[in-house]
Amino acid sequence: MASMIGSKVERKEDKKFLTGKGRYTADINLHNQLHAVFIRSPHARAEIKSIDTLKAKKASGVVDVLVGKDMQDDKIGGLIAGWKIVSKDGTDMKCPAHPPLATDSVNYVGDHIGLVVAETLQEAKDAADLVKVDYRVLKAVASTAEAMNSDVIHDGIEKNLCFDWELGDKAKTDEAFSNADKVVKMDILNNRLVPNAMEPRASIGDYNSSSEELTLYTTSQNPHLSRLVMSAFNAVHPEHKFRVIAPDVGGGFGSKIYPYSEDVIIAWAAKKLQRPVKWVCERTESFLSDCHGRDHITKCSLALKKDGIVTGLKVDTIANLGGYASLFATVTPTYLYGPLVLGLYNIPTAYCNVKAVYTNTAPVDAYRGAGRPEATYLIERIMDKAAKELGMDRADFRKKNFIRQFPHQQCLVHNIDSGDYDAHFDKALNLADYTGFEKRKAESAAKGKLRGIGFSTYIEACGIAPSAAVMSLGAGVGLWESAEIRFNPTGNVSVFTGTHSHGQSHDTTFAQIVADKLGVLMENIELVHGDTDKGPFGMGTYGSRSLAVGGTAIAKACDKIIEKGKAVAAKMLEANVDEIEFKDGEFIVPNTNKKKTIGEIAFACYLPGTYGEIKSPLPEGMEPGLKETAFYDPVNFSFPAGSHICEVEVDPATGETKVDTYTCVDDFGNLINPMIVEGQIHGGLAQGIGQALYENAYYDETGQLVTASYMDYCMPRADNFPEFRIDYTCTPATSNPLGVKGCGEAGAIASPPAVMNAVVDAIGTEVTMPATAQKVWKALKEKSKSAKKAA
Amino acid sequence: MKQFNFHEAKSVKEAVKFSSKNSAFLSGGQTLIPSMKLRLSSFSDIINIKNIKDLKGIKVSGKSVKIGAVAKHAEVASSKDVQKAIPALSSLAGGIGDMQVRNKGTLGGSIANNDPSACYPSACIALNAIIYTSNRKIEAKKFFKGMFETALKKDELVTAVEFSIPEKSSYVKIPNPASRYALVGVFLAKYKKDIICAVTGAQPVVYRSEEIEKALHNNFSPESLDDLNLVTEDMNADIHASADYRASLVVSAAQKAVAHCK
Repeated sequence: MASMIGSKVERKEDKKFLTGKGRYTADINLHNQLHAVFIRSPHARAEIKSIDTLKAKKASGVVDVLVGKDMQDDKIGGLIAGWKIVSKDGTDMKCPAHPPLATDSVNYVGDHIGLVVAETLQEAKDAADLVKVDYRVLKAVASTAEAMNSDVIHDGIEKNLCFDWELGDKAKTDEAFSNADKVVKMDILNNRLVPNAMEPRASIGDYNSSSEELTLYTTSQNPHLSRLVMSAFNAVHPEHKFRVIAPDVGGGFGSKIYPYSEDVIIAWAAKKLQRPVKWVCERTESFLSDCHGRDHITKCSLALKKDGIVTGLKVDTIANLGGYASLFATVTPTYLYGPLVLGLYNIPTAYCNVKAVYTNTAPVDAYRGAGRPEATYLIERIMDKAAKELGMDRADFRKKNFIRQFPHQQCLVHNIDSGDYDAHFDKALNLADYTGFEKRKAESAAKGKLRGIGFSTYIEACGIAPSAAVMSLGAGVGLWESAEIRFNPTGNVSVFTGTHSHGQSHDTTFAQIVADKLGVLMENIELVHGDTDKGPFGMGTYGSRSLAVGGTAIAKACDKIIEKGKAVAAKMLEANVDEIEFKDGEFIVPNTNKKKTIGEIAFACYLPGTYGEIKSPLPEGMEPGLKETAFYDPVNFSFPAGSHICEVEVDPATGETKVDTYTCVDDFGNLINPMIVEGQIHGGLAQGIGQALYENAYYDETGQLVTASYMDYCMPRADNFPEFRIDYTCTPATSNPLGVKGCGEAGAIASPPAVMNAVVDAIGTEVTMPATAQKVWKALKEKSKSAKKAA
Repeated sequence: MKQFNFHEAKSVKEAVKFSSKNSAFLSGGQTLIPSMKLRLSSFSDIINIKNIKDLKGIKVSGKSVKIGAVAKHAEVASSKDVQKAIPALSSLAGGIGDMQVRNKGTLGGSIANNDPSACYPSACIALNAIIYTSNRKIEAKKFFKGMFETALKKDELVTAVEFSIPEKSSYVKIPNPASRYALVGVFLAKYKKDIICAVTGAQPVVYRSEEIEKALHNNFSPESLDDLNLVTEDMNADIHASADYRASLVVSAAQKAVAHCK
């Protein structure tokens, strides 16, 4: 049998998704189901004086109108931040109470006031218009930069500061700066983004009053953790009688990792009303209430020697958390960010300070890359600036500072196991024809266009995460993963994983691993995920972890199957267990014609003692059945890395930037399915280029989200992109037996600085993300004004 | 969407008869339906006009192109006759929205709605269009009154638009990057003696840019607009384009329009 690992196997998922047969939460309808609509705050910051639900409760078809007081009465707990960050003064982070339905105050436009539940959606919407909320509107804190100097939003949280965290050796870094030949400083803005999963969130609660079982269908990347949190902290229902099902989910990008207020409220409402309750988020509602991503303001500086060697880095960041601290909100701008600001450079010392602030905006949490794009953006932008100020070639300057010895203990946190940064950088320079750039620039100039080239190199810490490491850093849970391989008596295989596929093609990738390991045909392998009642507890999908951690758990469970299979085969083939070899789905006794297929072994395991000349195929004392579980806790993060090169052409008349070519060479370790990897790169690049040139979640000073629909929030389209030039290098990860590193976030991490460095190179002046046509036009106008003044 | 009565009109006369204070004519529904779904508007009666025979069809004569009100953008874009007579008009229609929008949206719906960022109003102005309604003919320059405002009475229905055929013309749209409506759109039409430059997207309602027309009268070339600084005070301003940026885009679009005029 040809190896499945490494081949471009067609996706098992394609048929269902491409023919409209996916079954998403919104597609599910239960008998006797009610429909729910949320009452949301139209104000960014207000006290709730009263909520009048009387008229709405009497409206046609309305079953109930639930408010925060009802939840309090039922002792439903608030939402939590799951990762404790300690400030540099030793105090714990400060998190406000976050009731699923607001009781006293609202803290962003879209904050939850109440739930109208009716027989039809139409009736629920009509009744929602009748709910009267009396607000005392307060001045909103909408600016990240001004948050610490504004009114206090949450009582007792001074300066709106959740934490003031530091990482690195400050004294040593100060010293590096005082000894530096040159210091380069830069202000960096990382724009706020709306994740925009294709499928908006949705939930259906279903309570069975006879068995007292509560089921929640929801759009989750992480159903097990959602159930755990809703049981343990929100006290919605005990875990053993609570089932969370995340069926087909249409993208998440981080925004569906954790349970939202809506999940808690819908599960609780179904239990309270003893009827299924369904809620499907609308698009603008999604813009307002999904957690957003990024939103950093950073000052950074680089210490340098004359010859271009970087000797130190300082980073000072304000990270916006929004109105409350969401579940992964506190780790994103700290441990997923700070350790990565070094990029793939050998920087001997660094100091990173992050102040996380509350504002009256939607909560900000993990979004594709989560912390690592912010880190990569700042280091790659300042490296570009430093090269220019030193008068060095930007490619040479980068190479001069690459890490070259592995394993490499960085000065902040990570110990990088493997990599070859020159390999992917050189390959990218070749593929992008760097030496031909000046010629292309002249050709663009002849057409009246400005051409620029931008580089970006990156490493990311993926395979999240070694439990011991993350729990010592404040994580509320370990981030191992589980797998169960269940042979059915007829020889086909059900594979259970605690990860969740919502666009990552796990059905195919994981089946390829199992097919190779066990010699079973792809079509005889079924991946089961997304249901807490099936398979063991798991940690879900995010942080490019599923393959490195979940895939490894699967491989390990396969090893256990083979081990048991060998014992059974030995008995059946009347050989010593040490003699048995397993290859391509067959247990053989070498140099004989004695063999059993794995299917025969599975059959025998389920029917011990029923046939043939052998009374029982199982060795004495061995349990029947062929099913193995493995829990895998990685020994280290994995460290994908790569080099991206972007060329843009800017029209100075309109300011419009066209991405002319985009080249990426990534080292993801071993690839299981290169076609799926390529798809992940495309998606990541689309989001990263989108962040650089188009996307921006913009709140005005009153805290209204101006870009709350696709009329104003600019999503990139296919015609915004060139044909991507994609290639790979490979240094296998040493931290997992598959040698894989993870590829889901790389595109979104690497591309914003590549694009922005190209734009700035083209126009010769700074511009912030997104570099919209208007902004570039204005920057060019300013530049020519000051040039005229200077003349 | 709130509940409403649905009427299928078989003729213009019947459509008018169904109309009331709180009714709306449904053509392609590309603005009406979303605004009803979002509950931004609601009507007691929706009158479907898109199956009325008299509102369909494209007729080209020596001097003009007459297009029925329910002609879809895709029909105008793909009509060989329109492509030959006024290529700029078919390319304008082919650039509206996306394929789904073009297969639904109609000429009559677009001009009756008079969205300040719609493309068609600029063609009506530049091509001296006559707008035929259920009871009269209106010159385009008297039709577009203000933002989302036209000369139409409540029960009046656009039936067709007749565009005059210029010597040369072109339409250049600089799209809003998010919505891809016109941030600005310039429709340039060159007649024997006259040049008309109609601009959409830039101000609350479509208008003729006398400054551009004057400059082009002297010298019909992109370069003649090089140093033109348009007055910005009436320009729309939003997060996508400030008034001065819009003014500059009008000039850029006009220059491209001159360069591609055919």
